[in-house]
Amino acid sequence: MRFELMYESFFKIIKGIPLTLEVVFLSTILGLFFAIIVALMRVSKNKFISNPAYYFIYGIRGTPLLLQLYFIYYGIGQFSVVRESFLWVLFKEPYFCGILTLTLSTAAYSAEIIRGGMQSVGPGYIEAGSSLGMSKMLRLRKIILPITIRQALPAYGNEIILMVKASSLISIVTLMEITGIARTIISKTYAPVEIFIVAGSIYLLINFIVTRLIKFAENRLNQGQA
Amino acid sequence: MMELLAFGDTGWGDELLISAVMTILVSTSSLFLGLIIGTIFASFKLSSSYILKFIAETYTTVIRGVPELLVIYLLFFGGSSALMYVASIFGHNGYLELSPFTIGTIAVGAISGAYSTEVIRGAILAVPKGQFEAANTLGMSKYSMFFKIIFPQVARIALPGIGNVWQVTLKDTALISVTGLVEIMRQSRVAAGSTHEPFIFYAVAIVLYLIITSFSSKLFNRAESRFSKGFVREDI
Repeated sequence: MRFELMYESFFKIIKGIPLTLEVVFLSTILGLFFAIIVALMRVSKNKFISNPAYYFIYGIRGTPLLLQLYFIYYGIGQFSVVRESFLWVLFKEPYFCGILTLTLSTAAYSAEIIRGGMQSVGPGYIEAGSSLGMSKMLRLRKIILPITIRQALPAYGNEIILMVKASSLISIVTLMEITGIARTIISKTYAPVEIFIVAGSIYLLINFIVTRLIKFAENRLNQGQA
Repeated sequence: MMELLAFGDTGWGDELLISAVMTILVSTSSLFLGLIIGTIFASFKLSSSYILKFIAETYTTVIRGVPELLVIYLLFFGGSSALMYVASIFGHNGYLELSPFTIGTIAVGAISGAYSTEVIRGAILAVPKGQFEAANTLGMSKYSMFFKIIFPQVARIALPGIGNVWQVTLKDTALISVTGLVEIMRQSRVAAGSTHEPFIFYAVAIVLYLIITSFSSKLFNRAESRFSKGFVREDI
């Protein structure tokens, strides 16, 4: 064990934490927004609305994230239509492509979690809402979403942890977050075990904090529940 | 486009097809390695020894909390030196190297094993206590109790969970393209690079993965209904 190397690389690797957190934060928030839309589309009775959502989820869940990233970063940039339009400003940036890929991915996975939560809302609640003369939107806002959030939160917590882990893939398109820096140090020093311990501990710490935060939110939302 | 995907020397069709077979091979061997690891660590978790419990708990926590890519880098850069170290204990001093396939299988198998551990542990716990007691009462040996009573029930209960692990494992194998193993991801990257047609080749790779995932989920569904024959669902 080369402890001095571990000590030195620790200070190098922590410089990647802000980028990791930033990417996770942005894509999780954006992804959640899309996920709610996709989940609402998915439960629609209209086939023209539910089918696109179904195929979107199917496509994202059936393919590796790395491939999605390559497809967006290299594949879309291939066309001169994209290259010559304003879109190129965005698609030539690994940062934008990374966030877009992670956002789409978490949108698909979270949509399924949200759908599960929505379907656990008993029909009695919705009937009670309509008999009080609530509109569809009001029912969604005041009845369905609050119950859904409580039901879906544990599974959604797992999704956030998967996002923290998935964010490491953007290092492959040259973004120097935790894993990117770790990889650079490994290939220079050839000390895979030491660097793995340092970088791995940082990820474990981040995920531990995420778990605690979710647990805290769960407890708060379950206040007054038997 | 058809020229690009033609079979033979002119196109990439046969190369891509072979790489799909490689993806299936490496995923299958990783899943099986993971199931072996999972069975061992699930039994650790359920044992009464604190040390074994601690080892299993550490393993699953680390693997599930650390990016897959880091685990792959660890084994890719450290696998050969670990092997040479072990070999030197047995008196062999020379350069040894693990093939990308072996490294990939070990890395993805170790990741998949952590998820399998939880699935198998849950399945063992779901077998009613009475089953163990009944086997004991009949005077069955531990060996035949495991193979005749526990294993068939655990297999049935664990199957849906293993189906999920399979999907995750299959997708994780795309990451070992960084070690140079020529599976779908690597092959489509090479093809995209040398033809300057990334869109087509990544689209083909997406289709290949979707075919494999859809086909295997059908297979798992069929296996589930086979294993559940004669078993009435009580819930729902």
